[in-house]
Amino acid sequence: MSTRTTPSSRGAARALRSVLPSSERSVGDAVLRGLCVLAGVIAGLILIDVAYQVINGARPAISRFGLGFLGHVEWAPNFGRFGAAVMLYGTAVTSVIALVIATPLAIAIALYLSMLAPRSVRVIVGPLVEMLAAIPSVILGFWGIIILAPFMQAHIEPALHDVLGFTGLFGAPQTTGLSVFTAGVILTVMVVPIIASLSRDLFLTVPRELTEGAEALGATRWEVIRGVVLPTTFSGVSAAVMLGLGRALGEAIAVASLIGAGNVIHKNLFQTGNTAAARIALEITYPVSNLQTASLFYLALILLVIGIVTNLIARAISSRFDVHRSTV
Amino acid sequence: MSTDQPSETAGFDPTGPLTPSGNLRRRLAVSRLIRGLATLSAVIAVIALGLVVYVVIARGAPALSLDFLIKDPPPSGPGGGIRSAIIGTALIVAVGAVLATPLGVLTAIYLVEFARPNSLSGRALRMALDLMQGLPSVVIGLFVFGLLVKPEKADSGFAGSVALAIIMLPLIARSSQEVLMLVPRTLRDAADALGVNRWRAILTVILPTALSGILTGTILAVARAAGETAPLLIVDGIFTNQLTFQMFGHAVPNIPVSIFTAAEAADPTGFTRAWGEALVLLAGILIANIGARLFLARQRARMGL
Amino acid sequence: MSTSDPGGPVRPRVRIQDRPVAPPVAAPPAAANGGRPEVARAAVFDIRDMSVDYGTKRALDWTTMKIYRNLVTAVIGPSGCGKSTFIRSLNRMNDSVPGFSLGGQVLYHGHDVYARATNRVEVRRRIGMVFQKPNPFPKSIYDNVAWAPRNLGLKADLDARVERALRSAALWDEVKDRLKVSALSLSGGQQQRLCIARAVAVEPDVLLLDEPASALDPIATASIEELMHKLKHRYTIVIVTHNMQQAARVADRTAFFSLDAQERVGTLIEYDDTDTIFSRPADSRTRDYVTGQFG
Repeated sequence: MSTRTTPSSRGAARALRSVLPSSERSVGDAVLRGLCVLAGVIAGLILIDVAYQVINGARPAISRFGLGFLGHVEWAPNFGRFGAAVMLYGTAVTSVIALVIATPLAIAIALYLSMLAPRSVRVIVGPLVEMLAAIPSVILGFWGIIILAPFMQAHIEPALHDVLGFTGLFGAPQTTGLSVFTAGVILTVMVVPIIASLSRDLFLTVPRELTEGAEALGATRWEVIRGVVLPTTFSGVSAAVMLGLGRALGEAIAVASLIGAGNVIHKNLFQTGNTAAARIALEITYPVSNLQTASLFYLALILLVIGIVTNLIARAISSRFDVHRSTV
Repeated sequence: MSTDQPSETAGFDPTGPLTPSGNLRRRLAVSRLIRGLATLSAVIAVIALGLVVYVVIARGAPALSLDFLIKDPPPSGPGGGIRSAIIGTALIVAVGAVLATPLGVLTAIYLVEFARPNSLSGRALRMALDLMQGLPSVVIGLFVFGLLVKPEKADSGFAGSVALAIIMLPLIARSSQEVLMLVPRTLRDAADALGVNRWRAILTVILPTALSGILTGTILAVARAAGETAPLLIVDGIFTNQLTFQMFGHAVPNIPVSIFTAAEAADPTGFTRAWGEALVLLAGILIANIGARLFLARQRARMGL
Repeated sequence: MSTSDPGGPVRPRVRIQDRPVAPPVAAPPAAANGGRPEVARAAVFDIRDMSVDYGTKRALDWTTMKIYRNLVTAVIGPSGCGKSTFIRSLNRMNDSVPGFSLGGQVLYHGHDVYARATNRVEVRRRIGMVFQKPNPFPKSIYDNVAWAPRNLGLKADLDARVERALRSAALWDEVKDRLKVSALSLSGGQQQRLCIARAVAVEPDVLLLDEPASALDPIATASIEELMHKLKHRYTIVIVTHNMQQAARVADRTAFFSLDAQERVGTLIEYDDTDTIFSRPADSRTRDYVTGQFG
């Protein structure tokens, strides 16, 4: 409390206190609270401004192409013709590949880390899996170009072609190994640690009394997992998968490096392709026209909407508990 | 009562040896199979990590030398060192952290100390932070592009900092919240009982207790942001290789974009330098990560968690 | 009672109350025995010099006793004297506790429960357990009871089995119209009876009950106690309870555990017919406990 107060400052302080919540006892409290509120407001404003800037930047393309942009398959900057279809297809396919491979793998890892590994192993392998998430995407992309793509082209693609070529999805390998499939594999590497870490945390929250009750009924470890652990964590794991999906949808750099910057929709996964995020990363630096920039913003707008929707779905599924973490 | 008679189907001899009876042998085999698959999955993950780290070290180490770290790259082409990129990255990341940390900590303080439980403002803010955390980094890059680069018609290092700050903000806010919530209730009650003002209690008692946790959360967020390429590509992608500290209205060389440009150029002569940069970047990030987690684990052990 | 042995662990002398057992107070009708002759009962558990350590800390000291077929054996004693440790050691439920190690032998029908060749899952199939706090699975009532039988492959007549189990637990009439409802919607007492039904659905040999009524109100407790009288015709029951009167009501034999003189390690003090324990205990500590002079 200040030691010297004038009548007017006392009156001001009294007036201030009368409008503050009763927990505030002094001007210092009000100032701190004000700063915190300001910070919160800034955070909210940033989010709103992001939406505004993206919509604003996309405006020329929106007014030019409308919703037809979503279905148009051409992307020819030199001719002023732009359409998102190739990118949307690529985004969907790479994300699906990543989730299909990553989800069972990540859940298995999470089960290993929470229920099956001895304590000494857990302490080492757990952080190692989290380290995998810390590798920057640019390094993964570079590594992919030099190591993964040639490997895919030389070994994996021919094998898949031999075994599953009849489906039409796995055609003859291309020369570079840069393909939708390779991009999907690198996305898997990025998504697995996210789903695995979140799922492991969830498995560890299953009350001990439930797992003990199941064990006391003469159940094997797998039966305990199948009957108690997985059912009780189902919605949380689903939310974790949604978050992994969000990551896959938005990943630009690693995918840009490995997807081959294609322009056509192919059924064959070993052909090149493109995703919305990758196209933005690849073409934003040297656009040939303002329309191209606006079209890239239009792609970003689509990404923004998809990103928000997956996030909201994840929140809705896991409304009981907080799935996000600060370290992944 | 009929419940007293053993049913025909239970059919096992309780006095027999305690080895698997009935279908247990098969069920145990299934359980063992699952355990094997789970172990294999973990092995795959560790091998993947090892493969990436090994290649980065194997290809980056030959490029490393004292010269490499203290000389600048030539204006174009391969060779030279990466000093300007290292300093540029450090600059951009540091300014980003300076922007994000106060904002993040203040929002965390609001959510933990001031917002009433389940208040509208609290829920809205939490959702805003969640959404921000889920924004694709290209979208953040384009946002800053529209905000800062288009009006200035120039890439700038500062724009890069702003973009990284947006990436760091929700992470710092979240980890700070977690740490603040761990501060024992008794400390707050004691300050209250002594008649200490809220702001003084927060600044002199609660924050210092939470400080190390907030610090490690910030370091982890910084490590995460230091590797982000897409936003920098968009708002700080065109730069000369010269060392510069001028980040306002002027592009600053940085490691992630350097690596990406070299990778995409597909000119193998540029790869050596790129691997060297990758090694420096990865080493920095992994060391920060490991250090922060070890510190966090030690703090947790000390607090008896 | 401590020895003057300076080096080794303190070893109070254990009273081995192993006289040939008199028939229990309430003898079941001969018909329910399946025609077996009414002779000295078989020992289901033969516990020899059992001790339990958690890391370097000894929780239970040398304990020797036999548990007999188709009797209710109560384990009583003050808090912290190792009752829970004792009963959980009978079906290997302590295996997952860090630092757990067991000395001596626990023989079940003559087989060593802790032998290397012994399969833990098989042990639990024969020796079931009901816990202090009801722990129904977040599934329907039917699925809770049917879960373990399904695992065991006992899928024939599953409905009949579930009904039998629920009747054994005196829960059938209350839930027969809502078997598909979530088990979590039941009251505490009902949930505990559901856990008992779950345990008997696989028709184990032994039922271990770790303070099954301590989390329940008196009415629910009374119904659980009634169940003991019914269930013992079919199962061998060991029940841990901190409530002496409950032991007196329910048990045929009672084992009294307590802490040693240094108040650190739990140990078996006296084990006899319930009648004897409560009216003519041989050990002064037993007498002090059952007459309420402590704990």
